[in-house]
Amino acid sequence: MKSLLIEPDRHPKDHPGQERSYTLGPLQAGPPCCDPQTLLSIKNLSLSYGSTPALKNVSLDIYQGCITALIGPSGCGKTSFLSALNRLTDMIPTCNVSGDIHFHGINIHDPKQDVLNLRRNIGMIFQKPLPFPVSIRRNIELPLREHGIDNPTESDAIVQQVLSDVGLWAEVKDRLNAPAQALSGGQQQRLCIARALALKPQVLLMDEPCSALDPISSAVVEDLIQRLRGRYTIVIVTHNLAQAKRIANYAGFFWVSDRAGCLIEFGQCKQIFESPQHELTAAYVNGSRG
Amino acid sequence: MLKNRLATLLIWLSVILISAVFVVLVLDLVRHGWAELSLAYLVDAPLDAGRGGGIGPIMVSTGLILALTISVAAPLSLATAVFLTEFSSKNSVFSGIIKRSLDVLASVPSIVFGLFGNAFFCVYLGLGFSILSGGLTLACMVLPILIRTFSEGLRAAPDEYRLAAAALGLNRAAALRHFLLPTATPALIAGLMLAIGRAIAETAALIFTSGYVDRMPDSLMDSGRALSIHIYDLSMNVAGGDSHANSAALILISLLFMINTLSSKLAYHWMHKRITCL
Ligand SMILES: Nc1ncnc2c1ncn2[C@@H]1O[C@H](COP(=O)(O)OP(=O)(O)OP(=O)(O)O)[C@@H](O)[C@H]1O
Ligand SMILES: [Mg+2]
Repeated sequence: MKSLLIEPDRHPKDHPGQERSYTLGPLQAGPPCCDPQTLLSIKNLSLSYGSTPALKNVSLDIYQGCITALIGPSGCGKTSFLSALNRLTDMIPTCNVSGDIHFHGINIHDPKQDVLNLRRNIGMIFQKPLPFPVSIRRNIELPLREHGIDNPTESDAIVQQVLSDVGLWAEVKDRLNAPAQALSGGQQQRLCIARALALKPQVLLMDEPCSALDPISSAVVEDLIQRLRGRYTIVIVTHNLAQAKRIANYAGFFWVSDRAGCLIEFGQCKQIFESPQHELTAAYVNGSRG
Repeated sequence: MLKNRLATLLIWLSVILISAVFVVLVLDLVRHGWAELSLAYLVDAPLDAGRGGGIGPIMVSTGLILALTISVAAPLSLATAVFLTEFSSKNSVFSGIIKRSLDVLASVPSIVFGLFGNAFFCVYLGLGFSILSGGLTLACMVLPILIRTFSEGLRAAPDEYRLAAAALGLNRAAALRHFLLPTATPALIAGLMLAIGRAIAETAALIFTSGYVDRMPDSLMDSGRALSIHIYDLSMNVAGGDSHANSAALILISLLFMINTLSSKLAYHWMHKRITCL
């Protein structure tokens, strides 16, 4: 495995009690990564539900350590695209995926590929916060245990660490055994991010993670995503163009043509927003279409 | 306005009618059966074909048959329900066949189960008239109810949990164990209670399988008389057994009532526990 841009530095005792920040220094609107390296490469991805196509011929590269934003109108297949990346589409019996997706140069559809391991490495956050109906602690512990981390000391340390990473530790440290569903929506979403982070994924797929949240919670989550840059490779779908502009390094614009979604334009975030090559992109980011 | 009043009136009328049926039934049983009821009645052996004495051995036989029925039917049904909801696709031919057969099975009259149980368990497997035969026959009979309620309970667990669990790299079994079964527990309890209620009230399926013998059973291979059979026998075949039949029926109704209350309490408790803490 190639090294990440910034080595993950996960042990709590290295930084006792102090809030860590993982940014690559001061943030600018859509800075390109210093040295883009392809982590996920998608070639000619087509996807259909039964005989209805949802995506046609999508090809792009996802760069390691960067934030890639996907924008586009409703129904153009962004969620379907994300689900194809960690093979969550396998869960939908009618869904057919064709094309090549390589993760670290290995085809994810290779029969030898362990799907559970793939999903552990490529985590996903859904639009609606989906905490399990158990306690806050168990939400994080159960997936860990299923992946073989069942030593209580170790998992307690991880629980504390990921909850601090998402800025939730101070808020919930006294009620870890309270039901997760009693948390507010924004807290639930951060818990879901923490739960995904606990498995030390390399990629995080985020499907409109802020859209069910109020502006303040949304800002907190957005800030969190910023801080994950570099340590994690993030692909985020968002309908909030300003947000995409603020946080993304790369951006892709999806559009429906011939009743199937396709990728119209992909490039550095700044370029997509400031000098789009395609007229549809220009119209969309300037708010006159979609 | 008038329509609304009329609808309200009709609704109230039907509510009163339904409750009245229940109240009249219970009052009638109490009137005829209350005199014989006592603690001794519950534990004593019946005398003179049930005209005197109590229903001790009958309670024991009933309990054994029920325990056997549930311990055989519940695991089988849970496994089938899990297979149908979690491991087979909605429109697979195989699961379609299973569901269709279960629907047919659910509407088969219980006397047919009795004849089948007699032919298969008593004669073919050589278990004879025994609590074992009766319990197994009842197990076959409640399978459709259990599978139906269990699958419905599992299906009611939101699909999103399945997705979220899969996205964390959990396999289906783990998702089932940790999230889906706990979510479905109230429904599982309700299904169990429904099955117990159905089994405890069953007569026709037991006449030819567990038999009439009203002695205290020594083992599962002994014939044992269930409560409902006792009621049937006293009122149909024993002259002068009516008051005891009423007492036994009163006990049966009380049991059903208790099972019902217990099940809603349990289901509520679980639901509550899920929301407050686990
Ligand atoms: N499980 C499914 N079965 C059948 N069709 C589906 C399914 N999920 C999505 N689709 C269809 O695929 C197309 C793309 O859907 P998708 O959810 O990927 O869009 P999206 O870009 O995420 O939209 P939104 O921005 O509203 O979330 C839509 O036309 C949708 O109707
Ligand atoms: Mg979507």
